[in-house]
Amino acid sequence: MLSLGLNKPLMWAKPLKMMTRRMVSTAKTTVSEQESILVAQRKNRPVSPHLTIYQPQLTWYLSSLHRISGVVLGLGFFTATIAFGVSTVFGLGLTTNNLAKWYHEKVPTWMDWTAKASGAYLLTFHFGNGIRHLIWDTGRALSLKGVYTTGYAVLAVMVIAGTSILTW
Amino acid sequence: MMMSGLLKKNVGRAVFRRGLASEVAPAAPKMKTFKIYRWSPDKPAEKPKLQEFQVDLNNCGPMILDALLKIKDEQDATLTLRRSCREGICGSCAMNIGGRNTLACLCKIDPDTSKQTKIYPLPHMYIVKDLVPDLTQFYQQYKSVQPYLQRKSVPEDGKENLQSIADRKKLDGLYECILCACCSTACPSYWWNQEQYLGPAVLMQAYRWLVDSRDQASTMRKEMLQNSMSLYRCHTIMNCTRTCPKGLNPGKAIAEIKKALATD
Repeated sequence: MLSLGLNKPLMWAKPLKMMTRRMVSTAKTTVSEQESILVAQRKNRPVSPHLTIYQPQLTWYLSSLHRISGVVLGLGFFTATIAFGVSTVFGLGLTTNNLAKWYHEKVPTWMDWTAKASGAYLLTFHFGNGIRHLIWDTGRALSLKGVYTTGYAVLAVMVIAGTSILTW
Repeated sequence: MMMSGLLKKNVGRAVFRRGLASEVAPAAPKMKTFKIYRWSPDKPAEKPKLQEFQVDLNNCGPMILDALLKIKDEQDATLTLRRSCREGICGSCAMNIGGRNTLACLCKIDPDTSKQTKIYPLPHMYIVKDLVPDLTQFYQQYKSVQPYLQRKSVPEDGKENLQSIADRKKLDGLYECILCACCSTACPSYWWNQEQYLGPAVLMQAYRWLVDSRDQASTMRKEMLQNSMSLYRCHTIMNCTRTCPKGLNPGKAIAEIKKALATD
């Protein structure tokens, strides 16, 4: 064996490789068969993960905060105005006076602070970011640097103006 | 030992040799953990999962693509990914690395071995296998903006459509796009509306043909975008510009289209 050089892997590798290559056979398919395989595969394809795996970045975090703040502020505004409207039409007796009375008597302090803080910060953020969007709509500050400086500026405005409204 | 024998016999030469070349101490292995998204169409019932691989960074190239190919060569040949040029010009190896979309060939491996690196395919795409997304829809959308020169008249000299240097300059930062789909698949609007919204990559190419002074089809091109879905699903989130591996600015291009449509 040794003298024949059969211990060298090269001697075995080539025929072995050829054998394995032969054993893996490829099936011939027609175009229509390929099409049906493709259709069958497409039915099973999963959607790759997105929101949950994407890196936290100022860009899309501020964008989602803008949407969320808009929805929350809108809900608050429309709930109040529609409630007053409905009350007037059906004579349910909702007035600013008894609303204020209910608020002072029934709403606990933590809820009071939560409502006022979210109102103050979400409003100042939504306002500031709205102006940021108007600047963008003119084509300005749309570089990566512009996006980040205006983004941090809006956050600063939110902290300063929100806190001053809250503690006013 | 042979070495000590040599030293005794030929001290002078050995010292000379040592003075030039220092012996390489076997470096301690720097094992980096990669977690890679796996799914195979051959086993469609099995849910997609993250598979862990260890790679010794001491004998691996510097880029994520090097690590992926090393894993494919040495550990698991079934790992499937697209790659071609390995220098950021073909756009094949676009994937989500460490949470952001980029080209594996341009993304350095984080040398900190205490941290794992997670590698997913491009987000919110149908997966053909492992890291290979189905880009059929993306290419169809590119085709739909008719990305070629359209003219009604032939050039005056019968040879060339001439363009001033200033007009040519408008195409810089637009024509370099390699259509890797990193930006489009980084865009939440594209995630939720990719059947109808064209996405940043395709819109930037739409703009590339809109601003080309040689093109004469801008009216038709603008009309195609003048609806609620194709263009206006862009909410200026700017993930596109943040993630572009070529440093381009699709967000700005979309804003310019919006301006052009508003003043139409």
